[in-house]
Amino acid sequence: MISFNQVHKRYPGGYHALKNVSFDVSKGEMVFLTGHSGAGKSTLLKLIAAIERPSLGSLIVNNQNIRVLKERALPYLRRNLGIIFQDHKLLFDRNVFENVMLPLQICGFDYRESHKRVRAALDKVGLLNREKSNPITLSGGEQQRLCIARAIVNRPIILLADEPTGNLDSEYAHEIMAIFKSFHQVGVTLLISTHDEGVLLDTNVRRLTLKHGELQPASPSTNLTGSD
Amino acid sequence: MRHALTLIISVLRRMFASRLAGMLNILVIGIALSLPAGMYVMLQNVQGLVTKLSGAPQVSLFLTMDAKSDDVRKLRIQLYKHPSIKHVEFIARDQALEQLKISTGLTDVIGGLKQNPLPDAFIVYPKQEDAITLEALRNELAKLPNVELAQLDSSWAYKLEALLKFGRMVVLILASLLSLALVAITFNTIRLQILTQRDEIEVAKLIGATNGFIRRPFLYFGAMQGLLGGGMAWLIISLSLTLLNWQLTPLSQLYAFQLALNSLTPGDSLTLLLFSLYLGWLGAWLSVTRHLSQIEPS
Repeated sequence: MISFNQVHKRYPGGYHALKNVSFDVSKGEMVFLTGHSGAGKSTLLKLIAAIERPSLGSLIVNNQNIRVLKERALPYLRRNLGIIFQDHKLLFDRNVFENVMLPLQICGFDYRESHKRVRAALDKVGLLNREKSNPITLSGGEQQRLCIARAIVNRPIILLADEPTGNLDSEYAHEIMAIFKSFHQVGVTLLISTHDEGVLLDTNVRRLTLKHGELQPASPSTNLTGSD
Repeated sequence: MRHALTLIISVLRRMFASRLAGMLNILVIGIALSLPAGMYVMLQNVQGLVTKLSGAPQVSLFLTMDAKSDDVRKLRIQLYKHPSIKHVEFIARDQALEQLKISTGLTDVIGGLKQNPLPDAFIVYPKQEDAITLEALRNELAKLPNVELAQLDSSWAYKLEALLKFGRMVVLILASLLSLALVAITFNTIRLQILTQRDEIEVAKLIGATNGFIRRPFLYFGAMQGLLGGGMAWLIISLSLTLLNWQLTPLSQLYAFQLALNSLTPGDSLTLLLFSLYLGWLGAWLSVTRHLSQIEPS
């Protein structure tokens, strides 16, 4: 589903954000991406969504070669991805419901079907009773959950989350992890970046660690294999 | 279809969300368009008046007072045989005096005259009606014996025609300049909108919106603003003409002459609306093309 092969990312100015990164994520897998801040986790996720392009190497996402993907084809790649942004990127000029509605409007869903789906997505993250609120009135955890609802309303095959538990207390963080697990159970491919080791302790999933832009070899002590 | 309608409604809502700013833009566009369009209407009216008044061009030949009936007969035969004359009408001096009495209502004054001051006259209708041929014919006829004066009756119409041509050029220049202004106004309005909706555009791009999808509301906005501006121009012109006609009514009664300004024809109105819609769309298109590529998610 996602395949990195000797991928480098160098920014103009010479900053080398990713060095020789190779790994594969197969369909339906749930993978955690960890590493210190500035290790290149966000860059890696941006490459998958083609927000940035690799400088070297090959990157295949959902059978599309990101390095040579045409500008025109970008929207159709992104429609298969659900992205949960570190800064949420919610729109404060519309209410919760309309925020979640946006991806469906973009894909041209009909009115009834999209209303049904928005309600289902909001229900999933427990925000159905806040659908008329402005997102600015929501707490940090609620905003995060709203961002998740918007990412999943389109039923993407790949879900990317950049520090979804970033500044949440552990109770909220576990709540959100539980939501991700439920997506994993229905066959969605997930790639979740986090620097929050606490969230990972009790999870038995594959883990990729970045350090200064390089993927660390999986050491026996931290490699808790056993994903399905 | 439903999508387009929903989009138009949301665009309208956004246009009037800032009611004053939206109205002001439309008013400015309306005024800018009403200037050339209003001048065009005035020219059309003058043109109509000229055609109504001038009729077919004719040359009046006034004979000398001492011309005998024999001379008149000779002259008449000569005119009938002339190759470039279609038709000749003779107006005897007594007949001319009668007509004058009837048409002016100055019976008493004319009755008081000791003798008829009017000469015999021929009215000559030429075959060709262009200004140069007419002028040549007039000069030729003026040299005939017993002709005191040859007068080209519609020469003023030709002069006015030339003046109208000049006026049309003024309208064209003004229309071009103000159309450019309309495009510029829309360009700027859309630029500001794109700036204020930067977040929305960025998010939309991130979740798979095509450029067409992002563009469409702005293009609709430009086109709608242009169309409403055109409608405003139409209103301004119609209202102004109603006011002017109101003032013309007593004037036309005084002169016993049907004098009223026509407004834009349905065809002209449609042209005005479509043209302003197109200009608005064009301004939006230029603006979106220029500014949208600068917004890329990072």
